[in-house]
Amino acid sequence: MSVRETIFSAFKQVAADQGRTLAPLSDDLRLTECGLDSLSFAIVVSSLEDALNVDPFNSSEWVDFPVTLGDFIKLYDHTVA
Amino acid sequence: MAPAGAVAIPQFHGRGGSVSLTDLASGSFFNGKLSQLRARSVLISTAEQLATAVALFELDGLARRMVLCTPDLKDEQIAAVAAAAQADAIVTDTEPAGRKLAAASYLMTQQPQIANLGERRDVETEWILLTSGTTGTPKLVVHTLQSLGGTLPRPAAAKLRTVWSTFYDIRRYGGLQIYLRAVLGGSPLVLSSADESTDEFLTRAASAGVTHISGTPSHWRKALMSGAAARLTPEYVRLSGEVADQPLLDALRVAYPGATIAHAFASTEAGVAFDVTDGLAGFPAQFIENRRDGIELKVEAGTLHIRSGRNAVRYLGEAPGVLAGGDGFVDTGDMVELVAGRYYFRGRRGGVINVGGLKVYPEEVESVLNADPRVRMSLVRARRSPITGAIVVADIVLADCAPASPATRASWETTVKSELQNACRRALAPHKVPAILRVVPTLELTAAGKLVRPNG
Repeated sequence: MSVRETIFSAFKQVAADQGRTLAPLSDDLRLTECGLDSLSFAIVVSSLEDALNVDPFNSSEWVDFPVTLGDFIKLYDHTVA
Repeated sequence: MAPAGAVAIPQFHGRGGSVSLTDLASGSFFNGKLSQLRARSVLISTAEQLATAVALFELDGLARRMVLCTPDLKDEQIAAVAAAAQADAIVTDTEPAGRKLAAASYLMTQQPQIANLGERRDVETEWILLTSGTTGTPKLVVHTLQSLGGTLPRPAAAKLRTVWSTFYDIRRYGGLQIYLRAVLGGSPLVLSSADESTDEFLTRAASAGVTHISGTPSHWRKALMSGAAARLTPEYVRLSGEVADQPLLDALRVAYPGATIAHAFASTEAGVAFDVTDGLAGFPAQFIENRRDGIELKVEAGTLHIRSGRNAVRYLGEAPGVLAGGDGFVDTGDMVELVAGRYYFRGRRGGVINVGGLKVYPEEVESVLNADPRVRMSLVRARRSPITGAIVVADIVLADCAPASPATRASWETTVKSELQNACRRALAPHKVPAILRVVPTLELTAAGKLVRPNG
């Protein structure tokens, strides 16, 4: 699975587990409007850390907090690479 | 077991040998040097619990102070404890290992030697216990026999069959309580040993006819997991030291249908506060309102406070800290919550997990997980999160009911985990539900028999 697919899958799984309605996923989707609350988001990040072995939010380099889902995927793409 | 009509001979049964109180009455284990320990501050640092059991018996009333060293101390810690207690003698059962102590060492013998010279026992000896669960120097808590055992139930005549035992090391508060019950009640005591499995210990306890036995909830879960719990037929099963949740109390009632199941609340500083024998977790709200046996309880800032004659007298040492508040109440640090006329323990104040500002106590989540019969033990902890500070995750030890083949086992585990998460979602607020469940083969216990928790 590509990084993008792994991320999409995590969003969907956590939304289902948390009983949240996920907005249709696209690069332009603003994370604050995707349907996940901060707890769900925290679980997504944790689950991606296990799946991809990286936590880009914890890297010592300056990280621009992602605004859209596209930003989020790029963040992981860069760190995984 | 002693045949009916026989007199119970109090004995200490260790793994490697036994000592009877007749032995102690007839001779001394100090090789003729007992009188040299009169009025001194004595550090008791032995490899075996049996030697400590004997030393306490011989030295109480004679030494000014006895310090019960726990077996896990490193040399620097022993030195620091000796200094804080102003120890001028050290008693041991093994050749001294060249520790740098400015104290005379006394090596105990395996068998009672020189006949007892009828030493006077008129000193009010201080019993110094060490607090557990700390790194660095343990705190030294000062007790007397009064504060330790003052209001222990005095069995007018301990039933002849009564044989005590405990999973605890008697050098710790929980174990020492049992030591005193046995000695003051004139009953035999079976000591545990760090060198044997739970199965071996229970087998040894059963063959000694143990009727009364005490341990932490984690000890009891291990006993239930060991498959050897059924070897015992106790009359009295006691739990203390950790939160005793309802599923465990129920499991013990099933395992020991003839026994009284009691859970006690106690701490090294506050002493024993109460025990609960109604089979339910927590304690009735009346315990707070009514003063019983000279013990007063209050709840302040969400934690339980205790004031009683059984509170320790004070701490020893350079920076002793305050044992009790100005009004004499000792804060136990245990969080309690009142629900429908009953108080429930929610966990240690320091153990709280903070998920985006919302609090969760590991114990309350563990209680939900442990309620599932497929779960033997669980440990809930925080996993760092850059988003919420922390999220809740759990390690679980599954009961011995898994399918044998690896493939079916894997999918069985996945099903169990998913069902456990659903159970948590039904019982708990969303931030308390473990985000990740991990199946582990075992969970570590501290030397005091409590779950090893990160940061505490």
